[in-house]
This record gives sequence, C-alpha cells and structure tokens, in this order.
Amino acid sequence: MTRTNYSKEEIILPAKGWFIILSLIVGLLLNLLPINESLLILRPDFVALVLLFWGTYQPQRVGMSVAFFMGLLMDVVNSSMFGQHALAYSVLIFIVLLLRRRIHVFGLLKQAPQIGLLLLFTQSIMLLTELLKRADFPGWHYFLASFTGMLLWPLISLLLKISHSPKYDPNAL
Amino acid sequence: METTPQFFRHGPSSLVRLAFFIQLSLVLMVVDTHFKYLYEVRQAITVALYPVQSFAYLPITISNLADDFFIAQNLADENARFKQRHLIDSGKLQQFSALVIENEHLRKLLEATPRNKSKTIMAEIRSVPRDPFNLTIILDKGLQNGVQNGQVIVDNLGVIGQITRTYPWSSEATLINDKDYSVPVQILRNGLRSVASGTGKYKTLELNYMANNVDIQEGDQLVTSGIGGVYPSGLPVALVSKIKRDVSSTFAYIICTTIAGADRNKQVLILSPQFRPESLTDSADIYLEDKESEKNDAH
Repeated sequence: MTRTNYSKEEIILPAKGWFIILSLIVGLLLNLLPINESLLILRPDFVALVLLFWGTYQPQRVGMSVAFFMGLLMDVVNSSMFGQHALAYSVLIFIVLLLRRRIHVFGLLKQAPQIGLLLLFTQSIMLLTELLKRADFPGWHYFLASFTGMLLWPLISLLLKISHSPKYDPNAL
Repeated sequence: METTPQFFRHGPSSLVRLAFFIQLSLVLMVVDTHFKYLYEVRQAITVALYPVQSFAYLPITISNLADDFFIAQNLADENARFKQRHLIDSGKLQQFSALVIENEHLRKLLEATPRNKSKTIMAEIRSVPRDPFNLTIILDKGLQNGVQNGQVIVDNLGVIGQITRTYPWSSEATLINDKDYSVPVQILRNGLRSVASGTGKYKTLELNYMANNVDIQEGDQLVTSGIGGVYPSGLPVALVSKIKRDVSSTFAYIICTTIAGADRNKQVLILSPQFRPESLTDSADIYLEDKESEKNDAH
C-alpha cells in the first residue's frame, strides 16, 4: 500500500516555473500583510511553508539556493539581520531534502505534525541567532506560529498541488 | 530503502552546499551587525520588493475606502464633533502662539539659544515585522519625501520611535522600547533628567541609574528633555508605572509604560529637526520677521 502511494507521488508532474515563483511571491505577500498585534503572534511563516512544499515535491526546482535567496528577501522586508532567515531556510530545506521521501509516504493530515516540527526547528534557529545577539527570550507564545503553520499545511499543499497533479492516465508514460 | 536512483544528480552534494550556505549566512550576519556595507543591497531589495509591499497593503487601502463609504451617514455627526474640537483647539492654539512669542522673547532676553523648530511629514505604518525581536515599523514615506535617518516619530500622544533606515519610498523606524535604544527624558513634575532605555518588552521602558531616594512617583509623566539634540524637547514619552526601591541596591528599579504606541494608530508624524507646526506660528513668524527687519534697519 505504501509502495503504491510512493510510486504514485513520484509521477507527479513538474510544476511550472512561473507557478513556483508566483507561490513564493504570494507567500511573501502573506508574510507582509499588515495585521494587528494579537494576530501577529499566530501568523505562520508562509514563505517557509511554501518552501517546504516545493522542497518536498520539487527538490530539483527549489533547493537550498532558492531558500537562501528567499531568506535574504525575508530579512530585508522583516528588517532583521541579513542572513538570519537565509540561514534558517537553507537548513530547513536541507532537512526536507533528507526527509522528503519519508514525508511522501504519509497523507496530508499525517504530514502536518512532521511539518510542524520542521517549522519549530526553523523558529528555533531564528531564536538562537537572536539570543546570540543578546535579545531576550520572547516567551513560549513565540512558537505558536509553528502550530498554526502546521494546521495550515494540508490546505496549502492542496492548493499548491492543484497546479501539477497529473491528469490521471497511467498509460501515458 | 534506496529505491530511487538519482539520475540527474550533479553539482556539489547537499551537505557541501549546506555548509556553504551556513557559512555565507553567518558571514552576512556578522557583516550586517558590525559594518554598514550591506546597506545598498538592502536598499536595492526593498526597491525591488516595493510592488509586493504595496500590494500587501492593498486590503487596508480597500477597507479604508469601504469604511469611508459606509460611514458617510455618520459624517455630519463627526463633522459637528470636529468643529467643536477645532474651536477648543484653536482657542488653545491662540494661547500657544502667544506663549511661543513670549518664550522667544524671554529667551532672547536671557540670551539663551532658541528652541529647536522642525517641520513634519505625515506617514502611514505600512507593516509591522513578523517576529517579536524586531521592534520596528515600516512607514510609507522615504527619501523621496525628505525622510532622513534619525528623525523622530510621534503620534498624537507622544514619541513612538526614530527612523533608523531609509529607502527611496519607505523607511524603517525603531520603536523606543527596543533593547538598544534610549531616550533622554525629564520628569514633567520636577524637571529631573534621566535616560529612559528600552527593555525589548511591549510598551515598556526603564530608568536606569536613578538613586533610591530620587523624587519620583508612580504616574509621573516623562517628556523628552531635548538634550542630545535628536529629540525636540517636551514631547511626552512615558508614564512611570512601577517603582521598586530596594535598600540593598544602589539604584531604584523604575519601569515606565510608553504613552504612544505603534499599535494604536495607522498614521504617524515624522519630525525633522526644524519643527514648527505651521498653523500656530503664523503670528510668531510675522513677529519674528518684524524683529528681523527692525534689526536690518538698525544695521
């Protein structure tokens, strides 16, 4: 059963380049939306989520260099230290590249907790760099964003999958 | 479980790439915190991302428009209220302009340097960064509108922060409760001067190195003292919210809460060093011009 799942995922069509770029821009946009203080804590890192998705399904297209570049953009719009998001994202994509085959085996809902852990890890890297800069620990609610990111994962991956799910015809290949 | 052969693999292995990117980002972080070399890069990226940033701001613009449309029926009410407010304010302003002239005069008599005047730029808050470490806000006015580094941001209640980075069409301001940030202040009640430092916590400042027996009470208002020349004097900053006098330590532990806040308003004012609210100094202008012409005549 897992076997069939596994091979089915492998046939997935390559996403179009413009769609990947668009999704990354939309992720950035969602990260930039001006929202008020209380919701700000809950806002997941959409760019990380989109990168995670492409890292899982299209590792040939979105690798560490794209992640690094997106991290630099995030650093600028977020006015954080240059390289902070870049570091976190490239490490994130590295881990996804290692784990992606394992993630493929699970359904979307079962993937979510694993994605949550990865997001938590990304946030920890960012927290660590900030702590090295002698910032104070912002409190545990800081990690809530990973939790909401985890809840949004199935939705986001469904949306992103639409573009390149195969028109099912097993004989086409 | 190595079932899929990696056919098209080329280039360095992912571990090598990871090591490269980690090193690169560490170098970037060090360079960014200790040197100013990356400012142009930051500026270029901001300009490139300007459309995205404006697009993200679109919902707010639309909701503002919608609000304007739907509250049209309240306009008459609001107008009446504002008229009343205007009347009260202009009464106060008349007094104020008289005071400005009087102050000018007294300062001249005392041969003190005139107070700093500045002009203002109205700006809107574009976005607030995602993570709690960056106590900054992005404003929609930049170099093109005459915004410069070091200018002070206020709202209708008091000081919010200071411009720390400028881009062509936007700028970045650091809030006064940032950890690396301090404001020279003065207690309004007795004129005692101190420096309020940010704590990195929401709306919280602290006064360091104030002796245990210092004359300060909870509820005291802190205003900028004008020392240092960055802040014009007399702008409200914070209220003293908690004082702990511990006999075993030399200094009192004083916590203040900021009066203004970036979370309250969408609009802020950027003060540049030549601050002079135009409407209220017309008479003062005339007065000063008269004075100057008199002086010129005398010469």
